[in-house]
Amino acid sequence: MGMTLAEKIISRKIGREPSPGEIVVLSIDAAMAHDGTAPLMIKSFEAMGAKGVWSREKAAFVIDHISPSSNEGTSGLHKMMREFAKQYGIMLYDVGEGICHQILPEKGYVFPGGVVVGADSHTCTHGAFAAFSTGIGSTDMAAVFASGKLWFKVPETLKVNITGDMPANVMSKDAVIYSIGKVGADGATYMAVEFTGDSVKRMSMDSRMTMTNMAIEMGGKTGLIASDNTTKGFLQGRIGVPFVELAGDKDASYKAILEIDAAELEPQLSCPHQVDNVKPVSELEGMQVDQVFIGSCTNGRMEDLRIAAKVLNGNKVMARTIIMPASREVMIKAIQEGLIEELVKAGCAVGVPGCGPCVGGHHGVPSVGENVISTTNRNFKGRMGCAEADIYLASPLTAANAALNGKLVVPKGV
Amino acid sequence: MNVLKGKIWKFGDDISTDLIIPGKYKFKTIDFNELAKHAMEGADPTFSSKVSKGDIIVAGENFGCGSSREQAPVVIKHVGVSAVVAKSFARIFYRNAFNIGLPVVECDLADHINTGDFIELRLTEGKVISAGNVYAFKPIPDFLMTILQDGGLVDHYKKRGGFIWEEPTK
Repeated sequence: MGMTLAEKIISRKIGREPSPGEIVVLSIDAAMAHDGTAPLMIKSFEAMGAKGVWSREKAAFVIDHISPSSNEGTSGLHKMMREFAKQYGIMLYDVGEGICHQILPEKGYVFPGGVVVGADSHTCTHGAFAAFSTGIGSTDMAAVFASGKLWFKVPETLKVNITGDMPANVMSKDAVIYSIGKVGADGATYMAVEFTGDSVKRMSMDSRMTMTNMAIEMGGKTGLIASDNTTKGFLQGRIGVPFVELAGDKDASYKAILEIDAAELEPQLSCPHQVDNVKPVSELEGMQVDQVFIGSCTNGRMEDLRIAAKVLNGNKVMARTIIMPASREVMIKAIQEGLIEELVKAGCAVGVPGCGPCVGGHHGVPSVGENVISTTNRNFKGRMGCAEADIYLASPLTAANAALNGKLVVPKGV
Repeated sequence: MNVLKGKIWKFGDDISTDLIIPGKYKFKTIDFNELAKHAMEGADPTFSSKVSKGDIIVAGENFGCGSSREQAPVVIKHVGVSAVVAKSFARIFYRNAFNIGLPVVECDLADHINTGDFIELRLTEGKVISAGNVYAFKPIPDFLMTILQDGGLVDHYKKRGGFIWEEPTK
């Protein structure tokens, strides 16, 4: 019997074929906590009386959620992280460096076959590189920092097979929102979500990361995509281990398979206040838009910024628009390509690389009754800091068109 | 710990960690006396002032979905809730709850009870008793029960100098 991609990665770790439902203990290749989760992790780690951090190279902190700090309380928590990092000699990526899920692959922490844990639910993003990567809580992370190991239940796998050519106005974001609408917010709970098919094969790493990022929004433990030349191209010069091509076997046993004909897709929205409340953009065309946010670990990469600049094409935005590159590396590239100048001239508020308005913690908070089009991954009530605002999740193409028109329109391809 | 009796607070499906403790609070402090004032605020703004020690939350599907924030089970425990019974849990919340010493069980109970009812939760037997009716649930795996009985993962490590899953399997 063949193995799913999740089973294959785990089998390489434990030296035998795992069976779904089995509890296995895996050694960890990268572990990350950010300013929302590291303070509690430090508290647990110290309360345990752990002797030290198991690896200086594999453990990292990132300050990205409230970055830079907006208040004294948060500054105190940031300080606590800096002191811990200094004491134990681990890497801390400070304000302005970017979002944890963009930084980890950029800095070489993620590689095919690796096991990555992050004290953040969107850690499933790194499965785009064929790593087994999942979110855990702060105390689990304290256990990882202390021992370098953690228990996992071997997941069953939901396969999302996307085939055919996407229309020019459809992005990978639309495909993943559509999938979540079909599967439901808890349809893949405890499962790995493996994205396959020729459409996925043709996608850039930026597009692939958007899909694995949102696996958690259908309950998934991790999102996974086979590693290939595209993966290799991104990781070259970044990782310190040999690159391997890993894919699920054709005769592997899947819990369920969702087939998507990419040619039939149209631009999608996750409507308030659940990610699985999915409608095509065409159904809500004309809706007034008050705020647009383009950024986050879902859609704050070069491909996304290029599309925003192309759509705006020298015109002024008609809705207030906040744009935040996902990392310093992305920001530098966007500056070099002239995108930042174009976006600023178009009237966008371009900010410091980080999570930004997505978490509703420090800025970009919408007001009562406002409609927000956001390229992020969650639209729960209150998510962006105001429980009475309506958040619609969309692709950067749809979001940029909403910015340009001040209302929701079905985008044209660019 | 093995038998818990308490009054019910009932919630619906998809109670996210954003509803349990909104992100805007959790980034400012890890003082749980402060954070617990906002427990369940997104689902019931006055919950923290109404709940009493020993009460039990009963909910529908996918409880604790969304972010990995461990503050979510901690605020629930901090206001005195002794257990959460839901039809299903989001994976990270489920792990976090055991790690901080909050019992959670997957049981199809929400459609049969109401806020204010009393239930008896027999953790090791895998039974919930309500108004004379018995509802079964899949017992908690042994190693998680051990972590729970040790008082959560921190006390577990302090007590044993290691983690149960590192021990050779029998």
